[in-house]
Amino acid sequence: MRLKKQKIIELAFPTLALVLALLAWEFVVWFEAIPPFILPAPSLILETLVTDWGTLYGSLLVTLRITFEALVVAVLGGVALAMLFAQSRIIERAFFPFAVIMQVTPVIAIAPLLLIYLSANTAVLVCAFLVAFFPILSNTALGLASADHNLLDLFQLYGASRAQQLAWLRVPSALPYFLGGLRIGGGLALIGAIVAEIAAGSAGSGAGLAYRIVESGFRLKIPRMFAALLLISLTGILIYLVLTAVSYLLLRRWHDSARGREA
Amino acid sequence: MSSLAQSDLLPVSPSAASSSGGVLASLRGVEKIFGNSITALAGLDLDVREGEFLSLLGPSGCGKSTVLRLLSGLSQPTRGTVDWSNGRPELGFVFQDPTLMPWSTVFSNVWLPLRFRGVSRTQAQARIDEALDRVGLTGFANAYPRELSGGMKMRVSIARALVTRPALLLMDEPFAALDEITRTKLNDDLVALKCALGATVVFVTHSVYESVALSTRIIVMAPRPGRVVAEILVDAPLPRNEEFRLGKFYADRCRETSQALHGAMESKPLASAQKV
Repeated sequence: MRLKKQKIIELAFPTLALVLALLAWEFVVWFEAIPPFILPAPSLILETLVTDWGTLYGSLLVTLRITFEALVVAVLGGVALAMLFAQSRIIERAFFPFAVIMQVTPVIAIAPLLLIYLSANTAVLVCAFLVAFFPILSNTALGLASADHNLLDLFQLYGASRAQQLAWLRVPSALPYFLGGLRIGGGLALIGAIVAEIAAGSAGSGAGLAYRIVESGFRLKIPRMFAALLLISLTGILIYLVLTAVSYLLLRRWHDSARGREA
Repeated sequence: MSSLAQSDLLPVSPSAASSSGGVLASLRGVEKIFGNSITALAGLDLDVREGEFLSLLGPSGCGKSTVLRLLSGLSQPTRGTVDWSNGRPELGFVFQDPTLMPWSTVFSNVWLPLRFRGVSRTQAQARIDEALDRVGLTGFANAYPRELSGGMKMRVSIARALVTRPALLLMDEPFAALDEITRTKLNDDLVALKCALGATVVFVTHSVYESVALSTRIIVMAPRPGRVVAEILVDAPLPRNEEFRLGKFYADRCRETSQALHGAMESKPLASAQKV
């Protein structure tokens, strides 16, 4: 009973704060009579979202697809490379600098170059992949290396093979780390997709949400810009919620991060 | 929590008889140097006799755990030999921490040693149930380590070591992190188990009282470099009860052991260690 009440309060305050902020925005726009091409009211943004849904929905699908594809490739590549690193320190030392260089170079700086070599769509995908890849790789590599030393001894004592050690010890040990990397990578994949598309936008071939924003800006359709922005935010929130749920489901029985502390 | 000691278990022969059994393993002139500079053990001679409960007692850094690692084969001596009279027997190893896989249930944790040998979950069921019964964890097969107390986790760890029915049980300060009450209980249960299984136990500890209560023979070790400085026979049958721990014999052995340990801690480092 008490828990329920607490839950309601926990939800009520942020909701109330959000509603108040939107009302204040609406009021300021109305009171100051700000024209929509400078700052549209929330109600107008919502209205635009409905009227322009046809165009925006298509763009949303494009952005979602790029983000999802980039994340899948980043997961496959990151995990595979992390496992390779776990097999040999020499390989890790040889390849890790490349991964770091890829990580520290801002994607917006690479995008124009990629646009020369690749088709616009592929370039956007590669950019999204590049930013999502590193956190997954480094977290998974860290996780694979973090297996309990006593357990490693135990595995050695009973004559476990390398494959058994990897499958039964290193992979489960790495799971919480991987999921942490995945959550970061999921958010970054979206950012990478948007940034790259804005860079590619002048090339005029994209049709994702970022392209809609650039295009609407040129045409001074400011409410539509906001509507596209809203969709991007919602996409980011959705990605975060889905990955958090996946993480919770996989770890809830055993990992401290997924369990509440006993009061 | 039910006792490990079942009333139908026969109290096995007195320690004196069993500790005079054949030699299981002998370490001769063993030296262990870590990273070129730290001498963990120097000139160590030690026999492990069949059926005995042998405690290695000493302050930190005296190489007690290193002896266990040498016996287990996890580590090789820098110099000297570790010989087994009949080849290395089936081993069980219990670490200071429970060392359980947190992502696996109690059942799967205990199954692990058998799983390496290709024993399926179904085939292993009976033996896992038996091992869990022995350590008093009947009905906890589906629990996760997180859900258990420290003492119960240690019991799971012991069950895992027992599931292969080892002839030699190596234990590295297994109860050091537990509270006094749990510790006494686990000590009693361990002795009962040892008697029931007829296994040889090598037990590392830095508690004088624990070593006297449990073992048939105590090896006192000194640090820098790790070496044997005294041997104390505790010539009383296993298992022992509360009465034993209140008696004069126990008190005398404790005093004797305690003095040997003090001697070990005050003893000057050997000349060979000066170059370290």
